[in-house]
Amino acid sequence: MTMTTTTELKRIIIEPVTRVEGHGKVSLLLDAQNKVKQARLHIVEFRGFERFVQGRPYWETPVLVQRLCGICPVSHHLCAAKAMDMVIGVDADQLTPVGEKMRRLMHYGQTLQSHALHFFHLASPDLLFGFDADPQIRNVLGVAAKFPDLAVRAVLLRRYGQEVIKFTAGKKIHGTGAVPGGINKNLSVAERDELKKELPKILEWSVGGLELCKKFTREHLAELADFGSFPSNHLSIVRKDGAMDLYDGNLRAIDSEGKRIIDGVAPKDYLSVIREEVRPWSYMKFPFLKDLGPEKGWYRVGPLARLNTCDFIDTPLAEKERQEFTALTKGKPNNITMAYHWARLIEMLHAVEKIQLLLDDPDLQADNLTAQGTFRGEGVGILEAPRGTLFHHYRVDKNDQVTMANLIVSTTNNNEPMNLAVRKVAEQFFDGRAVTEGLLNRIEVAIRAYDPCLSCATHAMGQMPLVVEAFDEAGRVVSRAVKS
Amino acid sequence: MAKPKVATASLAGCFGCHMSILDIDERILKLAELVEFHKSPINDIKKFSERCLVGLIEGGCANDENVHVLQDFRKNCDVLISLGDCATMGGLPAMRNHVPLEECLAEAYLNGPTVHNPTKQIPNDPEIPLLLNKVYPLHEVVKIDLHLPGCPPPADAIWEVLVALLNNKPIDLKYGLLRYD
Ligand code: SF4
Repeated sequence: MTMTTTTELKRIIIEPVTRVEGHGKVSLLLDAQNKVKQARLHIVEFRGFERFVQGRPYWETPVLVQRLCGICPVSHHLCAAKAMDMVIGVDADQLTPVGEKMRRLMHYGQTLQSHALHFFHLASPDLLFGFDADPQIRNVLGVAAKFPDLAVRAVLLRRYGQEVIKFTAGKKIHGTGAVPGGINKNLSVAERDELKKELPKILEWSVGGLELCKKFTREHLAELADFGSFPSNHLSIVRKDGAMDLYDGNLRAIDSEGKRIIDGVAPKDYLSVIREEVRPWSYMKFPFLKDLGPEKGWYRVGPLARLNTCDFIDTPLAEKERQEFTALTKGKPNNITMAYHWARLIEMLHAVEKIQLLLDDPDLQADNLTAQGTFRGEGVGILEAPRGTLFHHYRVDKNDQVTMANLIVSTTNNNEPMNLAVRKVAEQFFDGRAVTEGLLNRIEVAIRAYDPCLSCATHAMGQMPLVVEAFDEAGRVVSRAVKS
Repeated sequence: MAKPKVATASLAGCFGCHMSILDIDERILKLAELVEFHKSPINDIKKFSERCLVGLIEGGCANDENVHVLQDFRKNCDVLISLGDCATMGGLPAMRNHVPLEECLAEAYLNGPTVHNPTKQIPNDPEIPLLLNKVYPLHEVVKIDLHLPGCPPPADAIWEVLVALLNNKPIDLKYGLLRYD
């Protein structure tokens, strides 16, 4: 049932508690005919970063804020650094070449490790074993037992991404590479050569992973096209010339037919286009395009959205793959939820190609690490994290203390779409009576396509512990199943 | 003999400590030979059905559900390890401890510049767990047998500790593996 509105705070004490749930929870609301009327994915964690960062010195934020998420820490690290560049008066085009390129290298390393982790460790069991497979083997160790070669490649692909991060940020998880105005180290020749050595294998395996995913999608297209799919708007940043750019650019949003809704909106102007709705049943807010309102303005972000919004990709192998991808929908935006995986692996290949280009660039050995500007006191950073558009906005006072922080994390941008995907799957597979194992698996598969890094909002990895409940009109539980 | 079992959980953490477990890279396949992974977010096992030798917990306790999971781990694991700074000290989430919780919620759901909240509601549904007034390190809630510091602890440290425990050897971490960043 819809909960009554209240601004009252909860009673907050430590006491023995009586219910344990996983981090993700879904409830289905039924109408009088036992049809699904509403589906909700509840996000159950809250950190309070926006408030407790107030009073901290601004230069601390890039290292603090990444601790929101250990799966994509580099994204938060760089996004905060970009915002702080602006705070100290350094515009994106004023970074030194080594400053920008080291950050990009770090970012592409992150994209590689995150996409590899998601596809191989988390999603591939669904594809390799099927949606109805025994949950006991539907995990990464099940993949390792049945497809050992694939598992080893998966581990090594991810490791390579982590190595790139280590050499650029000083540490695989929660490094310190980016500072306001630039970076704190360049890439030594020895580090460069070590990374270059392994690159040919990494490129080959990325292509292999993409082939695997493409083959699966094409073979199951009839089943997948409708699975949890719906038309939607799509949002990302793109480079000024329309190229996909994961590190820097202006906001562009298109509708489900490809018509542009917004374009060329600079990061500093994000407030003129984005709002987030609060709903009482989730700690995660619901972003939307301001002019369209909460009903019509929600959008998707992440690999699928980026493939849809960009005009082209500026690396040859990934661009060829993009053309093949868009041919599937005859150049119109692809609205198939399960196509996220395919899009994700095209981006992984793009990240590897970018790493290759950067490693050949002598700028990475330059010494002018940071740029200086005139203090402005406010900054917005936007980049494309592995899971989608990430926004960081800060205000800083004359004592260098943060006075305001506003973060819209990637997964939050996909809140409405994930809820809708769950609803679609429920409408399709719920028989009106019992929540079955098959329905449960499928709901998970649909949520997982979005690669929700609920760590930023909460977290989930692998098989998310999931509870699905169906309510009748009077709010009584009709059926309940727990993923176990 | 049945393989010893290892369970893991992420409470109020960022998943970075779990990422650090994965950073043992190829050794994860070796580990899968030595132990059986029981309840963990990387597989599908949700409830304890057998006793575990080791429980690795990342993150402190920020809500009632965290407390419940932690108590469940204590009951079912022989050796319970606080993995990382959030688990041992509260870490970054505990930075909210010096601010009233009301203010944290107000900032996120009422005051933020992008917030659209005409009815001024703060998430408060029975479906979402109760927040604790403070974020607590694990040892303030249950007895913890081992503390492994770091944000996250290095993959090699996690590996060394697991190997020592599995072989019933004393844990002797080399200088450099114990770190606090
Ligand atoms: S200790 Fe660090 S890496 Fe581990 S959960 Fe906490 S913030 Fe994340």
